[in-house]
Amino acid sequence: MPPKGWVEINELYCKACETCVTDCPTQTLALDMSRLTVKGYHPAHMLHPENCIACGTCAVVCPDAAITVFRGVRPGDEKGGEAA
Amino acid sequence: MTETDVKVVYKRPLGFTDRTTHYCPGCTHGVAHRLIAEVLEEMGELNNTIGVAPVGCAVFAYNYFNFDFVEAAHGRAPAMATGIKRTLPNKIVFTYQGDGDLASMGMGEIVAAAARGEHFTVIFINNTNYGMTGGQMAPTTLPGQKTSSSPLGRDVETQGYPIRTAELLATLDGAAFVARRSLHDARSIRNAKRAIRTAFEAQKQGLGFSMIELLSICPTNWGLKPAAARTWLAEHMLPYYPVGDFKVSTAVSEMKIGGN
Ligand SMILES: Cc1ncc(C[n+]2csc(CCOP(=O)(O)OP(=O)(O)O)c2C)c(N)n1
Ligand code: SF4
Ligand SMILES: [Mg+2]
Repeated sequence: MPPKGWVEINELYCKACETCVTDCPTQTLALDMSRLTVKGYHPAHMLHPENCIACGTCAVVCPDAAITVFRGVRPGDEKGGEAA
Repeated sequence: MTETDVKVVYKRPLGFTDRTTHYCPGCTHGVAHRLIAEVLEEMGELNNTIGVAPVGCAVFAYNYFNFDFVEAAHGRAPAMATGIKRTLPNKIVFTYQGDGDLASMGMGEIVAAAARGEHFTVIFINNTNYGMTGGQMAPTTLPGQKTSSSPLGRDVETQGYPIRTAELLATLDGAAFVARRSLHDARSIRNAKRAIRTAFEAQKQGLGFSMIELLSICPTNWGLKPAAARTWLAEHMLPYYPVGDFKVSTAVSEMKIGGN
């Protein structure tokens, strides 16, 4: 089964406050410690994209409106499982 | 499933400009801004709204919304909003004020505006301190709470007791809708959005003064990470500042709200 949805995090806005990471009920998100944004933050990213249920909690708590939440199958992800 | 089955569950509101905010990471000023933009978008009022920005961390709020805004002198946003709303009664007019701005410098202004029943909405950010100037004690600082100007903790014997603004304004006959909500978790944020919607709808229908107090975090001046600050809010602010509706006029309680 492919995941139920996915999120896109706009790195222009993400300030690595970790609120989405803490509140995601399926532990999908984490800060990406391998990269820095142009503003110098480790951006939130989908560490476990297979967990996403598209509930939108991350976007509701995001103080910077950085997150877009999609329900459905990400184009190119039809077979399910890990996505880039 | 095909690509056409993809549904956008959440996207950045149309009422925002594309600028990044200057707020500290995790600061709930950003959440409050987002809720205002979402509600105005859902009501179709983005092109018909004028905001009044405060002095405080939200002093640059006008950079982040793409509708009209003015900037008030410290605590005087209710006076500006009064003039704007009386001159342009068909506009949605709101002030956005912190607890220093509203409850210290501008306490006279807000009480008078509510008592007069001015037909605008107040979004009031209670983060228990003067965030912008370095976390000094505010009228909302809790008993015993350490701030940069109460380093031993607020001593109520010499510094008095915190002011519960929502309860105070609710005693005034001119107030139509006065409520307190919190921004510390997703459920509370959804409730806060509904209250903001009710306030703006009440204004649109000409029902009188409305204010929503929003319990907020100031991770920087509290010296806590955002997650710990949200826990602190829940454990310390909620008992002193309960969420609830403190004034709902009969007209507001009978109001019908379209959409969600
Ligand atoms: C007339 C005047 N007095 C004092 C100040 C200094 N000052 C700037 S912001 C502020 C308090 C802001 O606190 P608050 O309204 O709680 O907003 P926050 O930054 O916490 O969101 C003060 C006292 C000022 N700018 N103008
Ligand atoms: S100082 Fe406090 S209120 Fe101001 S932006 Fe930072 S966290 Fe927010
Ligand atoms: Mg404040």
